[in-house]
Amino acid sequence: MSSPSSSNTRLLPRALMAPAIGTLFLWMIVPLCMTIYFSLVNYNLMQPGEKTFAGLDNFTYFITDPDFWPAVWNTLVLIGSVIGITVVLGVLLGLLVNDPFPGRGIVRVLLISPFFVMPAVNALLWKHMMMNPNYGVLADLWRNFGLTPVDWLTDWPLLSVIIMVAWQWLPFACLIFITSLQSLDREQMEAARMDGSNAFQRFFYLTVPHLARPMAVVIMIEMIFLLSIFAEIFITTSGGPGNASTNMTFLIYKQSLMNFDVGVASAGALFAVIFANIVSFFLVRMVGKNLD
Amino acid sequence: MAYLQLHQIKKSFDDAHIIKGVDLEIQKGEFIVFVGPSGCGKSTLLRLIAGLEQITSGNLLLDGRDITYAPSGKRDLAMVFQSYALYPHMSVFDNMSFALKLANVSKDEIKTKVQRAAEQLNLTKYLDHTPKQLSGGQRQRVAIGRAIVRAPKVFLFDEPLSNLDAALRGNTRVEIHKLHVALGATTIYVTHDQVEAMTLADRVVVLRDGLIEQVGSPLELYDRPANQFVAQFIGMPSMNMLPAKAIPSFSAATGGRLPADGFLGVRPEGLRVRAGTGRGVDGKVELVEALGSDTLIHVDVGGLQLIARQNERTSLQSGDDVAVELDPSVLHLFNREGRSLAAA
Amino acid sequence: MNTVAQQNPVVSSPTQFAVQKPPSQFLPVALRTAGAWIVALLLFFPLGWLFLTAFKTEQQAISVPPLFLFAPTLENFHEVNSRSDYLLHAMNSLITSLGSTILGLAIAAPAAYSMAFFRTKKTRDILLWMLSTKMMPAVGALLPIYVMAQTAGMLDSVSALIIVFTLSNLPIMVWMLYTSYKDIPPEILEAARMDGATLWKEFRHVVLPLSVGGMASTGLLCLVLSWNEAFWSLNLVAAKAGTLATLIASYSSPEGLFWAKLSAASLLAIAPIVIFGWFSQKQLVQGLTFGAVK
Repeated sequence: MSSPSSSNTRLLPRALMAPAIGTLFLWMIVPLCMTIYFSLVNYNLMQPGEKTFAGLDNFTYFITDPDFWPAVWNTLVLIGSVIGITVVLGVLLGLLVNDPFPGRGIVRVLLISPFFVMPAVNALLWKHMMMNPNYGVLADLWRNFGLTPVDWLTDWPLLSVIIMVAWQWLPFACLIFITSLQSLDREQMEAARMDGSNAFQRFFYLTVPHLARPMAVVIMIEMIFLLSIFAEIFITTSGGPGNASTNMTFLIYKQSLMNFDVGVASAGALFAVIFANIVSFFLVRMVGKNLD
Repeated sequence: MAYLQLHQIKKSFDDAHIIKGVDLEIQKGEFIVFVGPSGCGKSTLLRLIAGLEQITSGNLLLDGRDITYAPSGKRDLAMVFQSYALYPHMSVFDNMSFALKLANVSKDEIKTKVQRAAEQLNLTKYLDHTPKQLSGGQRQRVAIGRAIVRAPKVFLFDEPLSNLDAALRGNTRVEIHKLHVALGATTIYVTHDQVEAMTLADRVVVLRDGLIEQVGSPLELYDRPANQFVAQFIGMPSMNMLPAKAIPSFSAATGGRLPADGFLGVRPEGLRVRAGTGRGVDGKVELVEALGSDTLIHVDVGGLQLIARQNERTSLQSGDDVAVELDPSVLHLFNREGRSLAAA
Repeated sequence: MNTVAQQNPVVSSPTQFAVQKPPSQFLPVALRTAGAWIVALLLFFPLGWLFLTAFKTEQQAISVPPLFLFAPTLENFHEVNSRSDYLLHAMNSLITSLGSTILGLAIAAPAAYSMAFFRTKKTRDILLWMLSTKMMPAVGALLPIYVMAQTAGMLDSVSALIIVFTLSNLPIMVWMLYTSYKDIPPEILEAARMDGATLWKEFRHVVLPLSVGGMASTGLLCLVLSWNEAFWSLNLVAAKAGTLATLIASYSSPEGLFWAKLSAASLLAIAPIVIFGWFSQKQLVQGLTFGAVK
């Protein structure tokens, strides 16, 4: 890419980038430093001014919180299930919709709609409309088959959250896979057909490897966003009953804005940040390969 | 004094030396063609002249003025890009008048100039079309029109015909030639196609690996190539190149002037192929290519592949035994390093 | 006997060949059509149900078994509209979304322009770094931001949300604008340069007109993301600056017969964005996967 390179124009690009880089840098560094600072002191919002050094106390307190390990487990189950559901169903749906058929445009529109619904609406929609054991649609469905309706949010809180979130993210995975399938080399498929392969073989040897990359991207992106699932839990189960549907994000929120213990919550936040860092390292590498 | 002068032009990108020292003088009104294999630096050299890349060292003078460090827009040069580079959101008229608009030329003058150029290029009825609505050849002409309107000191063409199909390429080549005759403008034209080079150029500059191999008129390059590279680059099919020891009778025809470790070059039209055995060297026909006007005969002579060209049709076929004869008046002698010795 | 012309019809348009191409082998068309439609309708069902419920009376909304056929009414929408706090929240959503989009574009565009046209060796690293800031979980910044907002007296303020939204979406916006600038063929800019354009003129006459589409779709994506944002909306604001997300979240504990109204309110809240979403599918894929999927 050619560009004039007198010293005059070397200043301009830097000036243009400065606001974006500057603000993002602050956005990243300031909260991070403050979080690290908070995690090392005793700081409770109810007792301002009392900031004594706490060393690693906050971290130990956070880890030894009886809700900690359940929260970690819930987070893993939540992320794992949603990823599993969205990737598998996403691929299948992508394949289903890939080739033309009557009404494909409308089907696509219907399929991607859930993703654009506000998480708050999503949560309430499921809580009241679908999962309410008396008036909900699912309850009615259960009754139609002669079964007692399930009280989803009370008896299966984590599963309910998984269903809600998976419903919301399935379109995302679908869309990614549809986009990726469009770029599948038709000529390669035709060559394979001429070589005498059947549909299954073509799926496993050509389609799946082609989808490996978008699958990896979907998994990583979802991992990053699903770690922060909050609204659905906040609105439906409040992490309960007990800690049955509390994930890391909600646990930290509980500590910070319900117990007002900034120190402990910060310690927890650092855990989340470290985890996200690990995942994003790989994601950034993969994205970087795509940039010229 | 020469109109455009290049003095020891060098260009490197970090550690890669693309142009290694080019000296060239171009007279006003000349049509110069830069030609060479891919990677030889011909496009880079053109872009250096245009100011789209910075010269690492050396001087560039245009009409007495040193433009080595002048910005592209101030060099009074116009360029026709390989991909035409038309402004997709502007009409043909706006495309052609953009430069004039930037220079604050009056609307009336712009209109006159653009319409005149449009007439010359048969674009008058497309003036309010956008590039999307035009065919490849038409876009080509708009790109040329954009350059003409500016009446620059030098026209620069960067492989303008590569994106056209074969038939259109031939026609447009002729149009460009006619345009040059009509306008008399100094032109530098880059191409990898030697047919374009031979037909359009007043002088051809053959480049390889960032250096000039030879400069001369097309026929000069054809008849008196300075080295093996030029000899085999110019001319289609390539000159037959034989090590001196390969066919002793051929080498003997040079009257001993060919060194034992040198090379003998003979163009396809310098070989005569006759059926059966007789005068000349024995060989076997590998392939006959009948082009209609010419016939190319590929012959295997003792393991060596030779190509002969003749104007007449032939009844020879693959596998026939033939005798290959040399026309001694069109031999090219090269020493071990590939430099040309005086022609026979 | 057929003439040669009939045996070898002249192809007058490329689509003649396309029609004759054999279909892909993943299930026959009829099966696929049925399957796709069933799945799509199933997945869309909750939204469809929301839509229907918005037009029911409260009695109809909680009827058991659920009603599919009924006489629609607009009374819920009237009620929603007349509630002042709904309008306030809707206004806040609009202000925060638009505000963050415009601010974001203002900051992102110059940066993207610089990275696309003044590329250096560090450009790629800077871009990747920007993307990585997006990958940090919001919860990691919750407390510091909360404390800072509290100290600055900006809790429950629209400005705080605008700032947070802008910074959250900035990496995606820079990335998307960068790709749309890069889509402009560099030769066109070189041609402008040869035509005598200064940097500014180059931008004004060539880059800007050609990148308007990219800016629009980037803005649209930012609008969608900000509007739907739920984490900061729920934590940083309350009654005064609450957005629609906040309002709807406040209905998490049922207060008697209100589902139809809730549906109407929700429908109004999500309808524009869902429709925008239909139009911005491609940008969504590009933006949210940071271009890793083509």
